[in-house]
Amino acid sequence: MSTAPTPSSEEELPTPAIRNRRWIPRLVWVVPIAAAVIGISLLIRNWQNAGPHITISFLSGEGVQVGKTLVKYRDVTVGRVSDIVLSSDHETVLVSADLSKDTASLLKADTQFWIVRPRIGVGSVSGLNTLLSGVYIGLKTGTATRRERQFAGLENPPALSHGPRGRELQLHAARAGSLAIGAPVYFRQFQVGRVIDENLLPDGSTRVTVFVEAPYDGFVKAVTRFWNASGINVKLGADGLNVETESLAAVLAGGLAFDDGPTEAVPAAAGIPGEYILYKNETEAMAPPDGDPHFIRMRFAQALRGLEVGAPVEFVGVNIGSVVAVDLGYEDQDRSFPVIVTAKLYPRRMGQAYEVLAAQGKTGSDETIAAFVGTLVNRGLRAQPRSASLLTGKLYIALDFLPASPRAAFDATIRPLELPTVNGTFQELEAGVGRLVKKVNDLPLEKIARDLHVDLNDLHETLSELHDRVLPNAVDTLSALHRTLDSADRTLDGESPLQRGLTESLSEARSTLQAVHELADYLDRHPDALLRGRRPQKMPQRPAASTSEAKP
Amino acid sequence: MTPLRQSLELGLVLCRTCGLAVSRASLGMDRRCRRCRSRIEHRTPLSTETTLAWLIAGIVFYIPANLLPVMHTSGLLGEADSTILGGILEFWRSGNWDIALLIFIASVAVPFTKFIAIGLLLLTVRKNSRWEQHQRTVLYRIVEFIGYWSMLDVIVVALTSALMQFQVLGTAEPRPGIAFFCAVVVVTMLSASSFDPRLIWDRGT
Repeated sequence: MSTAPTPSSEEELPTPAIRNRRWIPRLVWVVPIAAAVIGISLLIRNWQNAGPHITISFLSGEGVQVGKTLVKYRDVTVGRVSDIVLSSDHETVLVSADLSKDTASLLKADTQFWIVRPRIGVGSVSGLNTLLSGVYIGLKTGTATRRERQFAGLENPPALSHGPRGRELQLHAARAGSLAIGAPVYFRQFQVGRVIDENLLPDGSTRVTVFVEAPYDGFVKAVTRFWNASGINVKLGADGLNVETESLAAVLAGGLAFDDGPTEAVPAAAGIPGEYILYKNETEAMAPPDGDPHFIRMRFAQALRGLEVGAPVEFVGVNIGSVVAVDLGYEDQDRSFPVIVTAKLYPRRMGQAYEVLAAQGKTGSDETIAAFVGTLVNRGLRAQPRSASLLTGKLYIALDFLPASPRAAFDATIRPLELPTVNGTFQELEAGVGRLVKKVNDLPLEKIARDLHVDLNDLHETLSELHDRVLPNAVDTLSALHRTLDSADRTLDGESPLQRGLTESLSEARSTLQAVHELADYLDRHPDALLRGRRPQKMPQRPAASTSEAKP
Repeated sequence: MTPLRQSLELGLVLCRTCGLAVSRASLGMDRRCRRCRSRIEHRTPLSTETTLAWLIAGIVFYIPANLLPVMHTSGLLGEADSTILGGILEFWRSGNWDIALLIFIASVAVPFTKFIAIGLLLLTVRKNSRWEQHQRTVLYRIVEFIGYWSMLDVIVVALTSALMQFQVLGTAEPRPGIAFFCAVVVVTMLSASSFDPRLIWDRGT
């Protein structure tokens, strides 16, 4: 710039050249401007790409590293840990993470975070890659509409981190059995889902959350029954040994199965759709609903060894309940110790009978039931312990009509109802056996033995006599017999003279008979020959007769 | 300092390519050197302005070059984006202070030195300062010389990315930061080369 005036004073040409020069260097300013534009655009893009900054609290920050640990959603990196601090109360670790731009929609109020570490269970192995690469933070988005930036991290990964489509169901059970999270759920031996959660409810029962994957969730209907398919079910029935199991994994890790229940609609547990009762086994699940139990009490005046809690109570051979308690009572009047058995009965198990009775209004209230039971007692209804198996000595309670039994008092006002009892048949059996044993005892065994001994001595004497005298004679007789048979054999031999003579005599007799036959023949045709003798013209026939004679 | 006679007063112009001193009068219409036929200017036209433009571009590029990751490594032990400063810190922490120092000099100290040096030269030339004219010329020569040493980082990334391709076991990939860093080096070299050191010696009018 400063040089411009000097050359222009000396030459005429530089003037246009200077303009050119002035214009070209200005072009160089494009470079910083471009640089600035690029830089600013990068900055803007960076700012736009900067996603949400979140804080997650964990009980432990094991393995989490600032700047290295990633946040992953469906195994795709969506962020990175930017800071780890202890919470103010030092109870938790606050992990801050910068997420990428598009992840804001993943951060719902119920979005879950957990630290992915290697885990090895019976049913599955997961997170093995983190052994080498270090842990990462998993993310599972929620369904809530509210957005959130502060989260409480889970200590265990949720069973379904990638939310396949399907249905979540709540099952209620008294006890969960050997179910583990991740245990399979079967529908007709097909695995269609998994156990994803187990909770102990405040009332002590268990709630099992299962997930049934689409499209199999369509099999879960209002009538569906769930049961615990863990273990092996071995049944020895009239049709032989029957072993049932869903799968080997279910044997080891436990499992659930479900199927349609009996066709009549069963109200779902707690009346909420998606909540079901988890039955102990398939038989129990498929049984018609029991309804509410009714309790009865029975006093037996005999020892009931072999009667256990849970023993069946049968009404006319139908299992309608079970024993819940076996107790020893004391009655002051006769200083006796009766066995008090409490049982619960499910009248609904009576099936059609129950429906008929219900229709007659006899099951409406406790009073009507008690009155009805009273009439049954008058007809002879008694509780009786019976032997279920002679081998094991187990007892069950039979409620049966025994009209021959003595009349019993029935108080319809006592709760629970008290049924009159009779002593068990097994005692009668015992008494019978006792009588038998006594009879056997009474037998004069010694006398019999003595007599037998004398008799045997006599027999021995007789036998030795037989040996000494009869046997030698018998031997002589037998040898004579042998000789006789020998000569008979010789006589009957084919080469013996008798035999030959017999054969010759027989052939003689045959030719004689031939001649007689000829004569008879001739006489038949010429009866006159008897009177006149043979005709000479008949001579040519002789050769014919001779040929016929030669034929045989 | 002893006032020296300047080339303008002697009617001489120096060819910056071959170093021949040409008398101004003998220059033809095309203003080309008699010996090497390269264009001869008394002073490179608009030298300070061009230098400044390149310098500003260099400084602007230097920001993303440091903020953006220059390399992405992934392998069994996880994956990581590394920036220049992050890499230096990592080397320093892991005890390789010599490598850390080398990278620091090549990629932080040298570019900074260049920015400051060129800025200083531009400022003094604009002010027609006579301060330490000789030292400033030496400074300019140094700047010109060390310019390409900053390419060390670029070469490290290029070599690592080319050699470390073991799929699962480990891969390294360049990231945009290194392109900006390369741009910084190139642009500052252009800035240095567009500076006319003769301006250092010009006396104010």
